Amino acid sequence: MKLVTAVIKPFKLDDVKSALESFGVHGITVTEASGYGRQKGHTEVYRGAEYTVDLVPKVRIEVLVDDADADDVIEVVVKSAQTGRIGDGKVWSSPVDTVVRVRTGDRGVDAL
Amino acid sequence: MTPSSGDTAWVLTSAALVLLMTPGLALFYGGMVRAKSVLNMMMMSFGALGLITVLWTLYGYSLAFGDDVVGGLIGNLDFVGLEGLLSAAPLGGVEGEAAGIPPLAFVGFQAVFAIITVALISGAIADRAKFGSWMVFAGVWATLVYFPVAHWVFSFDGYTAEVGGWIANDLKAIDFAGGTAVHINAGAAGLALALVLGKRIGFGKEAQRPHNLTLVMIGAGLLWFGWFGFNAGSALGAGDVAAVAWINTLVATAAASLAWCATEKIRDGHATSLGAASGVVAGLVAITPACSAVNPVGAILVGAIAGVLCALAVSLKFKLGYDDSLDVVGVHLVGGIVGTLLIGLLATSAAPAGVDGLLYGGGVDQLWRQAVAAGAVLAYSFVLAYLIGKVIEKTIGFRLDAESEVSGVDLRTHAESAYELGSFTGSGFHTGTGVTSAKEKVDA
Repeated sequence: MKLVTAVIKPFKLDDVKSALESFGVHGITVTEASGYGRQKGHTEVYRGAEYTVDLVPKVRIEVLVDDADADDVIEVVVKSAQTGRIGDGKVWSSPVDTVVRVRTGDRGVDAL
Repeated sequence: MTPSSGDTAWVLTSAALVLLMTPGLALFYGGMVRAKSVLNMMMMSFGALGLITVLWTLYGYSLAFGDDVVGGLIGNLDFVGLEGLLSAAPLGGVEGEAAGIPPLAFVGFQAVFAIITVALISGAIADRAKFGSWMVFAGVWATLVYFPVAHWVFSFDGYTAEVGGWIANDLKAIDFAGGTAVHINAGAAGLALALVLGKRIGFGKEAQRPHNLTLVMIGAGLLWFGWFGFNAGSALGAGDVAAVAWINTLVATAAASLAWCATEKIRDGHATSLGAASGVVAGLVAITPACSAVNPVGAILVGAIAGVLCALAVSLKFKLGYDDSLDVVGVHLVGGIVGTLLIGLLATSAAPAGVDGLLYGGGVDQLWRQAVAAGAVLAYSFVLAYLIGKVIEKTIGFRLDAESEVSGVDLRTHAESAYELGSFTGSGFHTGTGVTSAKEKVDA
């Protein structure tokens, strides 16, 4: 099993959720995050003085998937989260040893 | 002799209006700081409310309005504990007429001026002052600076005592409601404390934004409302003079808010709510000394000039490197100086103060008096506030330690967090950073 994690622009969350649901993923965890990538920061002006802001609000999405689906799910997220402008984010997958459904005790692929 | 019921009613009402300005200031300032320090900022105002009231009653009124001891510099101790004032003759009373106001009405009216002057200073030291040290500063500064300066500016010969203060009676500068005694005074002290305490962690690097601009706007509205008591109440009677002061207070403030927003739009590309609220306060500060001396068109100019100059002045702190956190200097010191000096230009003898400024053919006579008054109060307040601050720093300490400042002064100093948002930790999600319990000491 894999954990697919994506850090995306907050306003793209709805698009990504709908796309994942259409694909067939039925569970998702969403958290608020801040971050920057290579093209970091922008300048803002406040009370007549300039500031460089590096951390920008993001949303982190985590989805548990079967090994075979990982690449497809990544593709779904990339397509639905993309705007083509700086700050679109990143998606990655990592291996997961054990998954258990709390309500029933089901383990492994049955718990996805 | 009996007092005038109309005058008494207006002065008592004005005193209550001015009292409202201190909680209004607490909201204005509170909204401007971050969520982790809003309570401390409000406590510095509430602390001033408590302490200065008691000191005023015990000896402050006497030092300000007792008979002059020497050189128009300080009053005597005749009125300690407000001795004899429970049933004294009306101030401005006239034999055989219902005229003037009970002395206690004047005591109360002046008390609330003392309170807010001290409270204003707290804006310069947001997030980083020990509360006990602030209270000590408040009491000592009020005693050594405010009470004498109030004597200089507000105590007129023959009103509460035979001889009053030098600025009111000898210099004859015009300062109707306290542009020097309140605003230049507090602004200079704020600058001094900003220098003594040093910059907040992150000043100049992060944009330390207001956490709740709605509170700022509510505060500005309450300040404007209360300020009608501050300015029109200073007529100490209900009549023409109060009405002139009232109108000028409305007009200058409106012009200043527009001018500040226009300045922001031109300089930064957008007018902000913080700018509109700050413009309101800048206009109120500038018209404070001038509300009896200018006509309404003059008031528009006073407000507009103050709005522009204060909007520009608030960015000076970044260029010059002092952390006047909530712009006490940029708004109260600069606004107070602008208003005090503009009297020298825009005063018209048609207004109650009865003097012509430079632009009305009066030459520079009034202008130099205004400048001397402004300069004297600025210098005295700055030097003493700096010395008092330094003594406190060297003895009991003034600045909070770095960890407390970053995790939040509210939690460390008051064991409270302003916004208990509720969460999975059961005890609530604190608005500090990195501290999970008020009982934790430094080992966190």
